[in-house]
Amino acid sequence: MHVVRNWLIRGVLVIALTIAPADSRAQNMPDSIDLDSLVQFYEKVSFDHAKHIGLSKDCSVCHHHTTGTPTEDANCIRCHKNSAATAVVACTACHSAQPFSAETIKKNKSNVKSYHKDMPGLKGAYHQSCGGCHARDGGPTGCQDCHPRKKSGDAFYHAGEYAPKTPKNGKSRGR
Amino acid sequence: MKRRDFLKAWMICGASTTFGITRNAWGGASFEGYPERMGVLVDLTRCVGCRSCEAACNKEQQLPAPSAPFDDLSVFDRKRRPTEKAYTVINRYETTKAGGPVYRKIQCNHCNEPGCLSSCLVNAYTKTQEGAVIYNPKVCIGCRACMVACPFNIPGYSYSSAFNPLVKKCVFCYDTRLKNGKSPACVEICPQETLTFGHLNDLIKIGHERIREMPDKYIDHIYGEKEVGGTGWIYLSGVPFDKVGFDTTLGNEPIISNVKEFLGLIPMVLAIWPALFTGFHLLSTRNNNDPSKQGDSHSYREDAKP
Ligand code: SF4
Ligand code: SF4
Repeated sequence: MHVVRNWLIRGVLVIALTIAPADSRAQNMPDSIDLDSLVQFYEKVSFDHAKHIGLSKDCSVCHHHTTGTPTEDANCIRCHKNSAATAVVACTACHSAQPFSAETIKKNKSNVKSYHKDMPGLKGAYHQSCGGCHARDGGPTGCQDCHPRKKSGDAFYHAGEYAPKTPKNGKSRGR
Repeated sequence: MKRRDFLKAWMICGASTTFGITRNAWGGASFEGYPERMGVLVDLTRCVGCRSCEAACNKEQQLPAPSAPFDDLSVFDRKRRPTEKAYTVINRYETTKAGGPVYRKIQCNHCNEPGCLSSCLVNAYTKTQEGAVIYNPKVCIGCRACMVACPFNIPGYSYSSAFNPLVKKCVFCYDTRLKNGKSPACVEICPQETLTFGHLNDLIKIGHERIREMPDKYIDHIYGEKEVGGTGWIYLSGVPFDKVGFDTTLGNEPIISNVKEFLGLIPMVLAIWPALFTGFHLLSTRNNNDPSKQGDSHSYREDAKP
């Protein structure tokens, strides 16, 4: 009888422990995130976070070691084998929107202890990270598959109604 | 024979017969470069060939409208060179490596010891302390010496006025951005962060670090770290550099060592140079009629010169 009760208590404890962190994480975990850093030329992207959680399951694929799930990247494991979850896990928390501004370069240089000296900026992180999986797993890879171009973008790329009107003009494939 | 080798031979031969200068007489001094100079690390493994950098350059430098939209990928069907109308171009290379084609961006490499600068008869070029190689179009006499001296075949010419041809090339966005501490327009637009802007000395370290962390991904070489005395724009690749249009035969000796010898010849050169290059230009225009070489008008040139 005792044994059974002990098992029950332990079981409940284990279940409670596994649910609790997932729960508190889920509370802050957005189902959808607006990515709007390219709105000068493109519509914003409504990133379907929930769908991508379902697709990848492993948070570390995008969030590296920051969510507390172990990462498999050999270069990260060297330091982050047992790292706990970080307070903020949003991409913007680490990846700078202005990676090459004079201030960022100066800041990186002055912090001699910083290891992550070659961290991509926000735009680079999105495209490198998303593009890698999308190319491999058949996700959208064309520019406009994720973010349709605005009129301002058409003007910038000399495309659409701003396309050069010459006879030898090749057909625009509207990437 | 490559055009530059021809020039070199011609200069050395002329110098030694006319003035009795030996090859190494001028070559002693080495210039370590400005410590704070900036550069760009171009990682070919990241580029997806979107041509956004070409569009950004066109806008920033107020270049003429392109003949095809910047999202037209049919331009990749042939190899292009930078011209007076496009200071940077992307070329596509089919390789045997898995993961599709490799794209390569071409623009001025902003050499530490620029051949263009040392060959210029009127000192139109300047290497700024920020690392840019810029030129003063007002003093350019259109002799095209820089075009031949450049190991990467970069300077283009504007022939819009027959009496006032002007050199045109990438200036690292010096006037509008670099001198104010901003990265060039192409770096800012690149979605893949193929282009990393920073202090050149740091970029060399970052490049080696990427190779060390991902030895399977990269060729163990940074193109431009040592070539022709080092360049401000340096390259990482996942395929051998000569497979994607780089001239791997240049050696590490700066072009300046060859060209310095030739400076003694200026008086003679001034007399015959323009005629010589009008001849070159005519020859190369004639070659353009060859359908196998159809390029962007007169400016089609591969890195490895014919
Ligand atoms: S790449 Fe050519 S044009 Fe540019 S700095 Fe070097 S020699 Fe001059
Ligand atoms: S913008 Fe970047 S990814 Fe696009 S073609 Fe240029 S270098 Fe390549």
